[in-house]
Amino acid sequence: MNTDSKPVNTAVSKPGKAELADMFRQFIDPQFVITDEETLKPYECDGLSMYCVMPLLVVLPETVEQVQQVMRVCHRYRVPVVARGAGTGLSAGAMPDAGGVVLSLAKFNRILDIDPVARSARLQSGVRNLAISEAAADYGLYYGPDPSSQIACTIGGNVGENSGGVHCLKYGLTTHNILSVEMITVEGERVVIGSDGLDSCGMDLLALITGSEGLLGVITEVQVKLLPTPEIARVIMAGFGTVDDAGDAVGGIIAQGIIPAGLEMMDSHAIVAVEAFTGAGYPVEAAALLLCEVDGTEEEVQEHIEKAEALFRDFGATSVRTSKDDVERALLWKGRKSAFPAMGRISPDYYCMDGTIPRAHLARVLNEMQDMSKRFGLRVANVFHAGDGNLHPLILFDANKEGELEKAEAFGSDILKLCVEVGGCITGEHGVGVEKIRQMPMQFTDSEIEQLNAVKNAFDPQGTLNPGKGVPTLRNCQEYRAIHLQPQAPEVNHA
Amino acid sequence: MPDITEQLQQQINEVRSKGRKLAIVGGGSKQFMGRDISADRLEVGGHSGIVNYQPVELVMTVRAGTLLSEIEAALAEKNQMLSFEPPRFGDSSTIGGTLACNQSGPGRPWWNSVRDQVLGVNLINGKGEKLRFGGQVMKNVAGYDVSRTQAGAMGSLGLLTEISLKVLPKPSTTMTLAREMEHAEAIRFMNARAAEPKPLSGACWLDGTLYLRLSGAQSAVEATAKHWDIPVLQEGELFWQQLRDQQLEFFAGEQPLWRFSINSSAPTPALKGHWLLDWAGSQRWYRGEGEMAAMEAHAEKAGGQVSLYRGGDRTGEVMHRQQPALQAIQKRLKHSFDPDALFNPGRLYSWL
Repeated sequence: MNTDSKPVNTAVSKPGKAELADMFRQFIDPQFVITDEETLKPYECDGLSMYCVMPLLVVLPETVEQVQQVMRVCHRYRVPVVARGAGTGLSAGAMPDAGGVVLSLAKFNRILDIDPVARSARLQSGVRNLAISEAAADYGLYYGPDPSSQIACTIGGNVGENSGGVHCLKYGLTTHNILSVEMITVEGERVVIGSDGLDSCGMDLLALITGSEGLLGVITEVQVKLLPTPEIARVIMAGFGTVDDAGDAVGGIIAQGIIPAGLEMMDSHAIVAVEAFTGAGYPVEAAALLLCEVDGTEEEVQEHIEKAEALFRDFGATSVRTSKDDVERALLWKGRKSAFPAMGRISPDYYCMDGTIPRAHLARVLNEMQDMSKRFGLRVANVFHAGDGNLHPLILFDANKEGELEKAEAFGSDILKLCVEVGGCITGEHGVGVEKIRQMPMQFTDSEIEQLNAVKNAFDPQGTLNPGKGVPTLRNCQEYRAIHLQPQAPEVNHA
Repeated sequence: MPDITEQLQQQINEVRSKGRKLAIVGGGSKQFMGRDISADRLEVGGHSGIVNYQPVELVMTVRAGTLLSEIEAALAEKNQMLSFEPPRFGDSSTIGGTLACNQSGPGRPWWNSVRDQVLGVNLINGKGEKLRFGGQVMKNVAGYDVSRTQAGAMGSLGLLTEISLKVLPKPSTTMTLAREMEHAEAIRFMNARAAEPKPLSGACWLDGTLYLRLSGAQSAVEATAKHWDIPVLQEGELFWQQLRDQQLEFFAGEQPLWRFSINSSAPTPALKGHWLLDWAGSQRWYRGEGEMAAMEAHAEKAGGQVSLYRGGDRTGEVMHRQQPALQAIQKRLKHSFDPDALFNPGRLYSWL
């Protein structure tokens, strides 16, 4: 047993699993240092379960001091650390390192303070997204970003991924809705980035940390802004005969000077699937469907709803239905929110992509996707954050059929390439993680990749924070450019 | 206007090979900000023009030297605006300087800052490499958010050459309300109004008067004004424009101008000089002499930071102190972008 806690100055030999576990048990409740295979199993992947790796061990510290100590031990022995919130990520960003530690923030689940006057909340990083709005509701306030996984996902993970949601056209992403974070550096130092004010002096490190996928530090606390809950919200559901008409209607709404709280589009494959699943009354004959939510004061919503209804009809809507109350509003949203499970009913497996495009290219991208669908012999359904151009193509496949997963991944890769070609990007909100690291060279040049790695190096010179994610090495990048690598699929287990 | 990226790149490489340093200048209207430095001038003003503007996408891409006036005129034709209301300290103010200095006007708490609205940038780093980060779409999480990190970095990470921004529709109606109020009561009142779901877009207090701005659908603005029962100020637009551009009497004269960016509900530090409260209490301006260390202590007590915005001693530090670990990270970041410390050395901090 190695109980030596003094720094080792000369070349340190990496401790084995048992030694490392013993070191952690010196300062963490032994039951929260997990080493046995059965208990480790649930940590082998995040929400993208096609990428699985068993970690060396998992720790669940209960205090910031314990997190600092974990980081110091790992730093001294150059042990990789993968921070993990709820594990709902969709890019294998929280996939463990086989020789590393998973640092779970599950015990960091306390809401530390809600300040109803200054409209902010201080949260430990493992607090669930939805729990923030639930706690703030008593004060007539809520937290803006609402990713689909908001029942489970944590605020720390939201910072790591710069999560959005259906309301981010109007209310912004995580980066627009946080004031400060407490972060533990790779060396184990506790720093606060940001303040109670709306900006801070110096380089905007808060922007850099947000969306950095756990590569620059471990977030232990987040201070978020809270917004006043709108007096009223109503949603219009409009069906269209063509995708082009629906796309034009989106542009038309914005040209009218209306910024909807949410503006979602679904294609016919998605409409049919969710209607079969939810029976929410979606127009199954439509080629495309828009859900347009308007919120604000009673007067404003009334004015904008009338304008939007008329405008949708002008743009050729074949059906227009507006919610009369919150019950109906919830019903109309139910289909969109059930889109993923609905796919699970019509296909054994689905693979969710996350490219973003300038909206003007929507029809071209959707049409080319249908061509690819024929070429790959796999169905694809589309749900789309139409307001901000974020596409979620859902590729349907059967992992039990030989070669289908590989086909799905190749199809996905071609979609992302197309997104970049039309001026968009490979990921709008799910992150790069392991999943899209091969696509990074599509979007960035070697000099840019080198610069991104230099940024990483400024925070984590030994490269032990979430290694192998987010940004490829320059060497890998050049190799990817030279040859098209077949994606690896260690294990497949779609829930 | 021409694209002079190549020329700028060449100039950077020349200066680098001679071991000299560069002071980046756009329109020169924010020369008073940051610390005094001496270095060869790198003029970016010639690199201007709107590269792409798609009103229905709510996105505009411009060269860094483009005048704010040119951008706002193009937006106005489509009834859109830069929602962060960038201050114009002169006719020559550019978008590049606005981002580098992270300058946003009175609507910032409700309509976001320039930092928030940036979608992507092109820059030339200290190795003379042309790099592009972010893009022209609203959501993009590939790679670190290098674009927003430029906000407030005052050019220390490289030369911005092109910027893509999210733009917004202009509100159809704007109205200003004003009434007399005491300083402490105004802080409480502004925070309380900001917690209501009403179309508030400005909240300022100066010399015993509270100013509120409402923007949005006409029906909502009128209903809110009636509900709050505060007198309407005629020609209120002028007040907000003068506040934005620091043309109010408060900003005149030579006395040092300090900017406190703090908790919106914190009591104002007990200092003897003259105060102006903006951003519903989050941004407070102070005119008066002071020692940096003492001002920092006041700001920290109020949950935020302070900078010596204009005037005073510009050879010492003018930005709030950094925690040692964050200072070390920023030095390393600077080195990663600009290994020879070419760009604006010492402008932001003496150690950067």
